[in-house]
Amino acid sequence: MLTIKNLRAGIEGKEIIKGFNLEVKAGEVHAIMGPNGSGKSTLSNVLAGREDYIVSGGEVSFNGKNLLDMSPEVRAREGLFLAFQYPIEIPGVSNINFLKTAINEIRAYKGIGPMEAKDFLKLIKEKQALVELQGSLAGRSVNEGFSGGEKKRNEIFQMAVLEPTLAILDETDSGLDIDALRIVANGVNKLRSENRSFIVITHYQRLLDYIVPDFVHVLYDGVIVKSGGKELALELEEKGYDWIKKEVVEA
Amino acid sequence: MAEQNDILEEHISSEYKYGFSSDIETETAPPGLSEDIVRFISAKKNEPKWMLDYRLKAYRHWQTMEEPRHWPLLKYPEINFQNIIYYAAPKQKPELKDLSEVDPELLATFEKLGISLEEQKRLTGVQSNIAIDAVIDSVSVKTTFKEVLAEKGIIFCSFSEAVQEHPELIKKYMGSVVPYTDNFYAALNAAVFSDGSFCYIPKGVRCPMELSTYFRINTSGTGQFERTLIVADEGSYVSYLEGCTAPMRDENQLHAAVVEIVSHKNAEVKYSTVQNWYPGDKNGKGGIYNFVTKRGICLEENSKISWTQVETGSSITWKYPSVILKGDNSVGEFYSVAVTNNYQQADTGTKMTHIGKNTRSTIISKGISAGHSNNSYRGLVRINKGAKNARNFSQCDSLLMSDKCGAHTFPYIEIKDKTAIVEHEATTSKIGEDQIFYCKQRGIDTEKAIGLIVNGYCKEVFNQLPMEFAVEAQKLLAVSLEGSVG
Repeated sequence: MLTIKNLRAGIEGKEIIKGFNLEVKAGEVHAIMGPNGSGKSTLSNVLAGREDYIVSGGEVSFNGKNLLDMSPEVRAREGLFLAFQYPIEIPGVSNINFLKTAINEIRAYKGIGPMEAKDFLKLIKEKQALVELQGSLAGRSVNEGFSGGEKKRNEIFQMAVLEPTLAILDETDSGLDIDALRIVANGVNKLRSENRSFIVITHYQRLLDYIVPDFVHVLYDGVIVKSGGKELALELEEKGYDWIKKEVVEA
Repeated sequence: MAEQNDILEEHISSEYKYGFSSDIETETAPPGLSEDIVRFISAKKNEPKWMLDYRLKAYRHWQTMEEPRHWPLLKYPEINFQNIIYYAAPKQKPELKDLSEVDPELLATFEKLGISLEEQKRLTGVQSNIAIDAVIDSVSVKTTFKEVLAEKGIIFCSFSEAVQEHPELIKKYMGSVVPYTDNFYAALNAAVFSDGSFCYIPKGVRCPMELSTYFRINTSGTGQFERTLIVADEGSYVSYLEGCTAPMRDENQLHAAVVEIVSHKNAEVKYSTVQNWYPGDKNGKGGIYNFVTKRGICLEENSKISWTQVETGSSITWKYPSVILKGDNSVGEFYSVAVTNNYQQADTGTKMTHIGKNTRSTIISKGISAGHSNNSYRGLVRINKGAKNARNFSQCDSLLMSDKCGAHTFPYIEIKDKTAIVEHEATTSKIGEDQIFYCKQRGIDTEKAIGLIVNGYCKEVFNQLPMEFAVEAQKLLAVSLEGSVG
């Protein structure tokens, strides 16, 4: 599904990702943890194709294609979804209209005609239930006036509607209370399937109690310094990131 | 970056859609302005003496006036009023019985513009029910649905025809809202206006269809000076649409129109414009100079006038659709989206003059500037003494699409009555890279993303437009702003 080899990237002339390797197979859930400033957000921005970030080396292959050659919208149409850490507000554009445009753009890319209105409404209804999003939220402007929790739920709702093959959740747990966290995690768990993969970027172990990963990687200073199973997250929680930093320094 | 260039390339090659010119046999006056030309126009139209006298008075007054060059935030070379052709008309046989007698090239022109002058087409339900008065260069060529409207006592015809057929109405109302002494361009228009539309809705009648005027400048070197007069008698209602386009030419062409609206007791007039005159090329060459005076008066109690405008065209726009709220409890509204790209300049806004008691006005202005353009909102809210409990709410938002464009807001507020409540809100923002990236991450490309974001920004104004106009306006906006983020 996704193969990242020796990726180097940065912003404003500063290298932040310094030789990153990762292999994500279909159906797998990978958690990437790390202290502040380790490059977690840079990684998600680079994978989504944000223009400010410059890739200086390495390869990223997504479903056999060169991801780095694609524009952000083509990456999305190819099935890559980023749940934003800070979802953006678009005043005056309803969630429904936004999603309809997105769905039809993705369909057009695949050579399929626009979705029928009634099919679309059915889809929206079904996916809303998944993240316990109220009907009125779908009709409101994209993220405008949403609470922090509603914004994050809206991200998962959009993901559910767009049905990506690879979803990157960028600190989706930040700013969520325990109820919202549970709802968001439940939504994600219901979307897990053998042909959909997840990269869950998080600072805390807490989210991983709900979304149980297959692999946990620790990112530090732009590289993965340790990988393991879900128990690694618990170890990190217990010992803190200083433990990893010490190990790196000693190595 | 490569992608940005592509988009830019695309924009440059995506030319103004209505830029063709038609080879229609035209009769024109020699360029220049004099009393003789005024007499020539009047004679061409076979006008009664009172009309000629009115024109001559206006012309003489115009000669004493100065061009409004100093206060608007507009820069343009001096206009030589002696180089302009003041009369151009498609040659056609007088007294057309039906469309088959119209120059086929002319019909084709309107077809190309997406306007059908064949009523039949509309009646089959293929298109919506809109009665159209089509004005090309200086004259009205066809007014549709006249008979259907006449059954309800509605008069909808060209201005020239109204001068002949309904002189009492023209004499009573023409110049009653915008006198020829009002301003330089209003005086010029009063002297040389060649045609336009007239509409009268009788007492208690709700006009069953949208009325529309479609303006087209075709002939090179001409100015277009049309006049529209709308009178809504007691308890009546009408929704009026105005559209306009012009061919692409290297020269600047002058358009100086006057629109007057009179709304009587309990009457309501809704006037919507999608202004798409040729804006000039990407270097600012050519384009229409649009100097327009639009004003309505709520003459008696409980009357209402609502202006909605979507301005995307013209190289220069100078336009302030206004409402005089004379009747008690009358309501004035102004909803505007003004888009400027490349080297376009717009100085536009409104005037709300509160005279009657309990009068209310609302101003929603959305400016969008891109490229090297300059976009100014200029608005006056005046509450006269005695206008008890007058209420105004103004909201002026500016959206910047590039770092080379300008947005300016000049609100003037004059309050002479202590009971007035006036609110003014203004914002300026730059279109967010974040918003565009967010859209792209959902599979929506830059062009569509800008379309979505900008349409969202303009939603309050588009909501005021009749359905088919709203759709057109949204498309127009997307085209006007193609490749404009930078």
